[in-house]
Amino acid sequence: MALISFTNKGIFCKQGGFYVDPWQPVDLAVTTHGHADHVKFGNKAYLCHELTKPVLLQRLGADLPVQTLPYNKEITINGVKLSLFPAGHVIGSAQVRLEYKGEICVISGDYKVEYDGISTPFEPVKCHSFVSESTFGLPIYKWLPQEEVFGKIRNWISDNHDHLKTSVLIAYSLGKAQRLIKNLAGDKNIYVHQSIANLNEGFIRAGVDLPQTIRITPDIKKEDLQKGIVIVPPALADGKWMKSLMSASTGICSGWMQVRAGRRWKSADAGFALSDHADWPGLLSAIKATEAEKVFITHGFVSTFSRYLNETGIAAEEVTTRYGNEEEEEEILKEA
Amino acid sequence: MKRFTQLIQELETSNKTNDKIAALVNYFNMADEKDKPYVIAMFTGKRPRRPVTTALIKEWAIELSAIPAWLFAESYHSVGDLSETIALVLPPAQQTRDRKLHEWITDLALLNGQDDDVKKEFILQAWNSLDTQERFIFNKLISGNFRIGVSNKMLVNAIAKQSDTDSNKIMHSIMGKWAPGEITYKELIAGVHVNTDSSWPYPFCLAYALETEPESLGETTAWQAEWKWDGIRGQLVKRNGELFIWSRGEELVTGQFPELHFLKDELPDGTVIDGEILSVKEGNVQAFSILQQRLNRKTIHKSQLKDAPIGFFCYDILEAGGKDIRTEPLSQRRKILVELMSALTTKDIAILSPVLSFQSWEELAEIRKGSRENNSEGIMLKKLSSLYHSGRKRGDWWKWKINPYTVDTVMIYAQKGSGRRANHFTDYTFAVRDGEQLITIAKAYSGLTDKEIKEVDSFVRKNAIEKFGPVRTVKPELVFEIAFEGIAESKRHKAGLALRFPRIARWRKDKIAAEINTLDDLRQLLASTL
Repeated sequence: MALISFTNKGIFCKQGGFYVDPWQPVDLAVTTHGHADHVKFGNKAYLCHELTKPVLLQRLGADLPVQTLPYNKEITINGVKLSLFPAGHVIGSAQVRLEYKGEICVISGDYKVEYDGISTPFEPVKCHSFVSESTFGLPIYKWLPQEEVFGKIRNWISDNHDHLKTSVLIAYSLGKAQRLIKNLAGDKNIYVHQSIANLNEGFIRAGVDLPQTIRITPDIKKEDLQKGIVIVPPALADGKWMKSLMSASTGICSGWMQVRAGRRWKSADAGFALSDHADWPGLLSAIKATEAEKVFITHGFVSTFSRYLNETGIAAEEVTTRYGNEEEEEEILKEA
Repeated sequence: MKRFTQLIQELETSNKTNDKIAALVNYFNMADEKDKPYVIAMFTGKRPRRPVTTALIKEWAIELSAIPAWLFAESYHSVGDLSETIALVLPPAQQTRDRKLHEWITDLALLNGQDDDVKKEFILQAWNSLDTQERFIFNKLISGNFRIGVSNKMLVNAIAKQSDTDSNKIMHSIMGKWAPGEITYKELIAGVHVNTDSSWPYPFCLAYALETEPESLGETTAWQAEWKWDGIRGQLVKRNGELFIWSRGEELVTGQFPELHFLKDELPDGTVIDGEILSVKEGNVQAFSILQQRLNRKTIHKSQLKDAPIGFFCYDILEAGGKDIRTEPLSQRRKILVELMSALTTKDIAILSPVLSFQSWEELAEIRKGSRENNSEGIMLKKLSSLYHSGRKRGDWWKWKINPYTVDTVMIYAQKGSGRRANHFTDYTFAVRDGEQLITIAKAYSGLTDKEIKEVDSFVRKNAIEKFGPVRTVKPELVFEIAFEGIAESKRHKAGLALRFPRIARWRKDKIAAEINTLDDLRQLLASTL
């Protein structure tokens, strides 16, 4: 009997009696990371990496029943051995490794293979079956090394500075924001939206070495923002607040910025292809490294990527899940 | 090429005209002198002969990137642009080289007539020495087709600003005959190859839409009524023995309409006429869709000249005998125009736009109902005492358009758009009910806001039933009101009829699929128009 099945509530391990990243309320939700499409409110208990806990407490409620695990430590639930391995996606993101009677299954959630300077780097785990995302599962998605992308971002910032423009980077509050902060910290103050500031405080309390940032409040002078770097989540990208800034120049940091149409659609002033998801070569190398006999492909270019894997001798199956809409997260923020 | 690549990026990252003009001005201030005429040629569609076919380029890209052809096709559907898809799927370049834009262009031109092997070696070597952005530009150089949101007018304004020259002169100069390898940027601005003193047009006088009943305009005797023709507004300029045809977009389109070139011999010097470029066959105005075959073409086929012959309906005269008469009242200008037109020996090509006679507004309203039979969009009302204003001015000229036809339909297919719309489902196919069946009646892709497109996009992703390449069949649930200008029998369409200019009028969120129109409704409409 298979170790996992894809049900209308989420990825289910029958033997263990728990779900991984369920989208309907269950008894025990093993959580790969804190993005809104992977963790929902209303489960009786949560199990996640210790650095994902502050995210869940902040987003879902301070009295949430959350149990944590460090990476590489095995526990047993109803006879199923469970351990977490770094997924490299955001701080605290984990791949869930399950083992039962010699069969090993890894659910990777979202992942990227390049080290981003702040999240524990992705670690390939050998298994029989592997659940992989396919957000950027097309050969057009090949990221430049992050140092090159950050070089472009820094040039853009100093160019804005010279032209007395305010540099506003648009990035998801969880993950991309911390990655930007870590890699852009230097002589300029970094100002962050409160949704980012709240997460940062949680991470710092949990021991993450995150550079100093300044929470944006109404009494911060626009002149100071103009001299620094501003980071806000996508929900604020075309709001009133942006218009109040001193000639803001917006830069979106997202894998979708790889394609011109993506850049134009969002009508930002600049687009930087910086993603927390694996690119095409990244997906392929990660999957090969697992040596899995069977790969389940979830959210993204599901059918295209599955077909390619099958044609290249890797048995792949398309799976329908409700992951892949991180923007939902930002919609929630907007309402809050 | 790096400077040019930067320009393209700047042009693409802003949607503000002023930013784009600033980027162009900057470019022309700093770029290599020899590159400049090539850039102007490219942006105005002066295309060199394509040295390598699309099929070959695609084949080599697929081979080099070691992916199956179907995966390349999927990638293309996601990107929406072939040059860009190729730039992205290729393996990273192993060298860097910064050559000048004009060097690349002249080298590419030399490939014409060479063996495929020679071409392949050149192209592959180029790809291997350029980064993704530059590759994209390079691929565009091969196709010669740059569509990056820079209109001729915008380019002209930028050059005019950069060189502090009158923009109409620049327009005339760059629309003239020149070759980028044989002229300098300075010569081009000076217009050494043309006489820019004779071509300049006047700003068009434009009308507001009449939103109330015409009774509010007062006495009928104060007004001149004409059909509102559905073509391309144009201005004929004849000076110093030369004829120029300007379009509303202030572009020179003289070359596109050879039928009108006789006016060079028949119009007196110092004449400027405002009118409409239309397709006119045996004195009858044809539908805009027929005129469309003739627009923006570099070459015109014989069959197009035969099926879509061009005529010019004259509205007004702005200059007569070399004198600006725009401040004369319309009634006076009309007299001068009538006189001038009667002197033409070639009839039925340049035609006086008829003035409608009517005694009361009710009578005119009746006449207006017949607009569609003439392929007109309604009626123009111009005050007889009006002068010819520059641009839009409320009060003197009104357009009184007829309402379009509408039909309620349900969306059954969705397809990803291209260009800015790539990756979003923006092109939809709509159906009406035919008994138990749904039958396709129109395809449309305009009329929704970005927000609505996102909403539909999300619906399509959740409700896709089948997938044929880029096309999804979706649950027939979303009801759209489609507006259209006409209906005609059609053997090519399954429904047996075709709508003219279908576009989304609005998304009827208040309606369900059971409430849409039927094919019979449309058949009845068709019968009523015949």
